[in-house]
Amino acid sequence: MITELGHYALILAFGLSILQTVVPLVGAQRGWADWMAAAGPLASAQFALIALSFAALTWAFIGSDFSVVLVIENSHTLKPLLYKLSGVWGNHEGSLLLWVLILALFGACAAWFGGNLPATLQARVLAVQGSIGAAFIAFTLFTSNPFLRTDVPPFDGRDLNPLLQDPGLAFHPPFLYLGYVGLSMAFSFAVAALIEGKVDAAWGRWVRPWTLAAWICLTIGIALGSWWAYYELGWGGFWFWDPVENASFMPWLFATAVLHSAIVVEKRETLKAWTILLAILGFGFSLMGTFIVRSGVITSVHAFASDPERGVFILLIFAVFVGGALTLFALRGAALEAKGVFALVSRESALVLNNVLLAVASFVVFVGTMWPLVSELAFGRVLSVGAPFFDAAFTPFMVALAIVLPVGAILPWKRGSLGRAMRAQSGIAALALALGGLAFALQTGRSALVPVGAALGLWLVLGALADLWGRSGRQGVIQRLGRMARLPRADWGKATAHAGLGVTIFAVAAVTGWSTEDIRVAQLGESFEHEGYTVTLTDVQRVQGPNWISTTGYVDVHQNGVLVAQLEPEKRVYPAAGMPTTEAAIDYSLTRDLYIALGDPQDGGGWALRTYVKPFASWLWLGAALMALGGLVSLSDRRYRLAAGARKAPAIATPAE
Amino acid sequence: MRHLVWALCLIASPLFAVQPDEILADPALEARARGITAGLRCVVCRNESVDDSNAEIARDIRLMVRERLVAGDSDEEAVQYMVDRFGEFVLLTPRATGSNLILWVAGPALLLIGLGIAVTSIRRRRPTTDGLSAEEETRLRQLLDE
Repeated sequence: MITELGHYALILAFGLSILQTVVPLVGAQRGWADWMAAAGPLASAQFALIALSFAALTWAFIGSDFSVVLVIENSHTLKPLLYKLSGVWGNHEGSLLLWVLILALFGACAAWFGGNLPATLQARVLAVQGSIGAAFIAFTLFTSNPFLRTDVPPFDGRDLNPLLQDPGLAFHPPFLYLGYVGLSMAFSFAVAALIEGKVDAAWGRWVRPWTLAAWICLTIGIALGSWWAYYELGWGGFWFWDPVENASFMPWLFATAVLHSAIVVEKRETLKAWTILLAILGFGFSLMGTFIVRSGVITSVHAFASDPERGVFILLIFAVFVGGALTLFALRGAALEAKGVFALVSRESALVLNNVLLAVASFVVFVGTMWPLVSELAFGRVLSVGAPFFDAAFTPFMVALAIVLPVGAILPWKRGSLGRAMRAQSGIAALALALGGLAFALQTGRSALVPVGAALGLWLVLGALADLWGRSGRQGVIQRLGRMARLPRADWGKATAHAGLGVTIFAVAAVTGWSTEDIRVAQLGESFEHEGYTVTLTDVQRVQGPNWISTTGYVDVHQNGVLVAQLEPEKRVYPAAGMPTTEAAIDYSLTRDLYIALGDPQDGGGWALRTYVKPFASWLWLGAALMALGGLVSLSDRRYRLAAGARKAPAIATPAE
Repeated sequence: MRHLVWALCLIASPLFAVQPDEILADPALEARARGITAGLRCVVCRNESVDDSNAEIARDIRLMVRERLVAGDSDEEAVQYMVDRFGEFVLLTPRATGSNLILWVAGPALLLIGLGIAVTSIRRRRPTTDGLSAEEETRLRQLLDE
């Protein structure tokens, strides 16, 4: 009954989303205030209905209602409650419902908090948002209905894929979708602005926080996924350039570009057409990612990808929205006049360079991801494009970005002097090079990877600090520190996020270049040395979990005779799903992770054991966390809080003269 | 939700990537072997190198590479041996020949085009009225001197 209610609510939401598309659009075109005003309540109602529908599906999962096909395929009575919940979105149909829920939430937020937008712009934004909603609800209802029942309910379910029964992955999809779908707001604003034919600073001020919010969530989502891969897959890799990872990474790169160019629109009223184009492409990549993950075109072995019909449907959505928006852009984009002019050396130009590097880097990832398909279809050449290609083709762009960032970030608006900016940063450049040299001297091999990563990382971190310091005036140290503390939060956010990028770049280089591994057969009770650690496998036991059975190894790690860690790597078997997983045991610390994974028992006695020392691995997630934190700090800046209250300002204003 | 392919590979064979018994006694030779296998694809998996894969075929490829090296093959010969058997598909780094040149050149070419467009469009709308004329310049200096 509740399931049918959920289904019914989703159908109603579909109807409302069509109304939300048509009514405000006509109203804005004709100047009918009441038709435009309908958009807000429609968006709220659509959100409420989809929330009801999502709640109904969640209810079926929590109560293990095995008459619902989706619950049978993805749940089990013995599963812990957290994973019954995450099972709702741990599959194609349920995750799609989460997708439309978040889409409707963003639409409703534009209705709730967008009161100070011009009425026609708000109506058009909500109409575009409604049309995306209509397309995806239709996709859900017609190709991926999560509410289907079966006549003969089984006694128990088939359990959620065990790899997904993990806290990191429970929250990975919601964050990722908040990011993907959040980019729809930038898209809706872009299309609405094209219909209006007007983009001004207020538009930039509106688009930026939404894009920022989406970007923060995407950053967290990607970092969670990467962390999960690191501890769950058993060999400590954190990024695989897998098509599905690339599908989330491309929108992230574009969102980063939009964030930066929206600053120029907001502060300088220029680069308008470019920002709109980026916003359209950013959401376009987000849709393309959805297509890659769910169509099965790229990844024929992928378990998620089953149904070509779905692929065609998403391709259709992609073609209509991105094609339509780009056509609109071609027709109207030229009409967006730029106000501010700027010289070739200026903050604006530096941000353009940032955009070009990020956009091209993103296209490189795109071309690499699609190339096996293109090559096979067009040239009959079956080949693979894997991590080594992406490492080689993508890294130069990030290196270039990192090199120019600290200089570009302190260039003044309109016109600057490259010489002066470089002189201002020359001290920290010397320090960064010194650290690079030190890293080179410390290591045994001759690889440039870690030295370059260390130099770039320090360059970015110190560059961010120098940026803040440079804004603190010219008085004594105490006064300058005081002024630094009072700088706008946007400045602090910028510095934090840029420093986070530096930390991440360093960590990527250090983990890739300096990790060491030891693979061996470990006999019970016998010790071996690795990187100054004495590792002893003391025991192996069977352990019974709620819905799994594990083989747990007990490993003591000593350093100079002192016990530094007791680790319990596991191999689990999930009988209902019939699938084993590896649970690596990790001793986290700031300077290194000690990573141990247990393998199979060997014929001659003993167990296969892999021991890794991964220097600065924690800094990977620390850097990502800093980036997300920087976004949050920036989002809390006074001018956005003021913008939210700006509607009331004219009423309070009294004549000054 | 992502990475389900690893799930598939795990189902296929719950082995454990590089096994202790595969490792060669000679560390130099082993390092060469690892350098090669990290760039070879597990042909039944999606996008994993044979080093990371748990599949049976990945183990076979790892062992084959080591056999070739022990038999005295150079790195190139060992890789070519694999390509002869599994096709270009086995290489994770596509060779920069023929149609693949498009793939390799796409990034640098796009960067040059992007920078070109950016520079020309910024130059085109370069400030013309922004600077001061010589007359204004002298007047300004006078005012500042006063």
